[in-house]
Amino acid sequence: MVSQNRSDVALLYRRAGFGLRSDELDRLSTGSYEAAVDGLIAGLGGAADPGSANIPEPTLTLPARPKKGDLAALKAFNKAITADTQSLQAWWMNKMITTSTPLRERLTLFWHGHFATAVSKVRYPKLMYLQNQLFRTAGSGSFETLMQAVAKDGAMMIWLDTITDKKAHPNENFGREMMELFTLGLGNYTQDDVVAAAEGFTGWTYNTTADRYVFQRAQHDYATKTYLGQTGDWNGNDIVSIALAHPASPRFVLSKLWSHFAYPVSPAEQVVTDLLDAYGTGMSVSAALKAIFLHPDFRSDTTRTGLVKQPVEYLAGAARTLGLDSTLQPLSSSGTTQGTAGAGTAGGKTKVKPVALSALATTLGQTLFDPPNVGGWGQNTYWLDTVTALRRFEIALILAERGDISPVSSVPSAERLDAAANFLGVDGWGLTTRSALAQVADRPSELVALALSSPEYVIA
Amino acid sequence: MTKDIIFTRRRFLVGAGAATAALATGAVLGHWTDVLSGAHSASQTASPGSGPLVLVTLYGGNDGLNTVIPYQDPNYLKLRPNLGYQPDQVLPLADGLGFNPQLKGLHALWGAGTLAVLRGVGYPNPVLSHFEGMDIWQTANPTDGSGPGWLGKWLDEYSDDPMRALSVGTTLPPVLRGEKNAATAITSTRLTLPGDATLQGAYAALQAPGSDRVGLAAAVATSGADLLNAKGQLDKLAASATSPSTPVGTAPGAGSLTEQMAVVAELIKAGAPTQVYQVSLSSFDTHAGEKPNQEKLLADLDSAFSSFFAGLKGVKAAQGVVVMTYSEFGRRPAENASGGTDHGTAAPMFVAGPKVKGGQFYGEEPSLTSLDPNGNLLHNIDFRSVYATVLDKVVGVDPEKVLGGSFPTLPFV
Repeated sequence: MVSQNRSDVALLYRRAGFGLRSDELDRLSTGSYEAAVDGLIAGLGGAADPGSANIPEPTLTLPARPKKGDLAALKAFNKAITADTQSLQAWWMNKMITTSTPLRERLTLFWHGHFATAVSKVRYPKLMYLQNQLFRTAGSGSFETLMQAVAKDGAMMIWLDTITDKKAHPNENFGREMMELFTLGLGNYTQDDVVAAAEGFTGWTYNTTADRYVFQRAQHDYATKTYLGQTGDWNGNDIVSIALAHPASPRFVLSKLWSHFAYPVSPAEQVVTDLLDAYGTGMSVSAALKAIFLHPDFRSDTTRTGLVKQPVEYLAGAARTLGLDSTLQPLSSSGTTQGTAGAGTAGGKTKVKPVALSALATTLGQTLFDPPNVGGWGQNTYWLDTVTALRRFEIALILAERGDISPVSSVPSAERLDAAANFLGVDGWGLTTRSALAQVADRPSELVALALSSPEYVIA
Repeated sequence: MTKDIIFTRRRFLVGAGAATAALATGAVLGHWTDVLSGAHSASQTASPGSGPLVLVTLYGGNDGLNTVIPYQDPNYLKLRPNLGYQPDQVLPLADGLGFNPQLKGLHALWGAGTLAVLRGVGYPNPVLSHFEGMDIWQTANPTDGSGPGWLGKWLDEYSDDPMRALSVGTTLPPVLRGEKNAATAITSTRLTLPGDATLQGAYAALQAPGSDRVGLAAAVATSGADLLNAKGQLDKLAASATSPSTPVGTAPGAGSLTEQMAVVAELIKAGAPTQVYQVSLSSFDTHAGEKPNQEKLLADLDSAFSSFFAGLKGVKAAQGVVVMTYSEFGRRPAENASGGTDHGTAAPMFVAGPKVKGGQFYGEEPSLTSLDPNGNLLHNIDFRSVYATVLDKVVGVDPEKVLGGSFPTLPFV
């Protein structure tokens, strides 16, 4: 069995990143758990991510919005949206696979679910890219700074209709979801607060040519509003600040963070109370994350059995271990991806059709940049049903066939079960899994596929 | 929006895991899925005369006004000078309304009194986005379309049998996804597991309950066990089927609707315990060149209904079958400059089956002159009333528990 420290570091990197390869785990587990936490937190700040430095930026080719009635142009426009979105998905998947600042990418994924915004309504892939970069660069600082920036983010403003919020006909969509899903949670505000919030954001719009937020003075409602118990001529910035100053807000935000990284909790629970000081009046996300990872409950059995991997982390983690890029082509040691869609001779083998990892994520129910609705994706049993079980097994067979599984295939059959656990970063197999895997110990590729389908691996 | 961990999903399995931990090794592994199937077959099965429900999803927003045509309303051809049908082209029904010429089979069902038309179905403050509109119809949540599917909530409340609801297509639409239970997606009357017998045997062994599997680990294994359970039940049904089935296409809505409904008919004939089926047809977003495109789709719809009911004639298990269509919205009454129509609101729904009180309309035909500010039709039947009716009369459950509110039912079944 693996040492406690090795098991803890592996857990940390599964939750705060996309898992570790065994050579990385060997190296990191020679140091303390606390040092591993410090390393991940240090990667949150700054711009450098040497691991993904060679990943090309996404190609965004969206032409000008077609004139009404120009159907040929509309068709080309729609095609470009799809192509740009696929480019974005491949770019982010490759970043997750190759990053040397894994917590930053994981946190970006968390915010993508928290501020769930879908390209299918926004229809400007570039704005989805800018929002994603916002999560990456501002995601670990003050939550207030982030929330204020999200309120002025073009994708969000289209997604929740802020751009249509005018004095003459206010739109309540953003104001409501900002309180319900982003800052406070149900039960902490009334419909009157929603109306006041909508009035506060009137006149906020976005220029999609210059990619910037615009305030239209003439469309703003300057009337005095009573909002969350406070009366004044509040504008949108005030609406956000007052929500964040509400006593329910820190608990709400911290419960979402704990639920994503450890196990699902409600805002009232003790672990959330334990994080309040770290988050503080500065609403520091990085300090809260550090407190989460250093909390004794983070390394408890409840955490270890508390989350199912969401499809994107499942696939990015598996691809990372198996040395594959976002098109399932071999990843070179320098971290560059060799394959782009269309290219594809893998090590002299027969030409294999490139498969986009993000398309596989879609078949498992999670499409990057296109969450199902503003509530984002669910957790745990949300990812467990018959169809997903079948797809996961089919995908695992493809991954194991294409990936480098030499650490498993190069050892004798009798040692392969333990080799597979070590290879995939799992502490070990339970008796039931062990007896199942033993049935295909002489078929290394199928053994790895089955291991990737096991409860031990599917649990994060 | 945080979903709680739900450990109680399949009490049978979790319980069995604890009780039979000693058995959950070696010797019995090859047979334990049979034990499971036995346990399920002993559970509630649909009684004849109530269901199954076959839900037909029309993606893209079907143009209601060129489906059920108000050919005697002079405003119709004013709004549709190029796209409209002349009175002599439509298949007359009643009240100055007629079917699109492609709907000959549906017209015959109407004549036989087994197809009803619900007019002007929609909801307050309608949205014009495909994506949000479809979410709203699938979740029965007109506020923002968030939350589990309405039939997913039914599954959460009443059933953890993976055969209780089946969806034809490779992915599962949100309508059949609950917070803990979900339907099974199929592309033919069988589920195919990859690999040879050895790999499949090992995969089955991997799903076995065991004392080393609790909580979410048990739930992961259970989802695999449910897959094998559904596969086992489908294999058994297919073995007794009267004719071999043809697999349908792989994308949602792919494969003609006729093919998808043939799969459903085959399963009903074979005696599947399924209470809800979902099939779908895409490409109704006819902003341009609407006439030929919509006619092609309606012809598929028509042929699907005709062969479905013809094939099930006299089949006891099909006595209570009800087929119901819906789309995320209807289309704008006024045609656009591209020979098409833009996104609209209220639209008709079809409900068909031996027990349906058909040959008549429910609800009023929306006015073509009193429109909303976007120039769209006003609804008069709330779609949740339609759902409440089928939940009550076809699925046989308390609609309030599923819809979270009380909606008046309609007498169409």
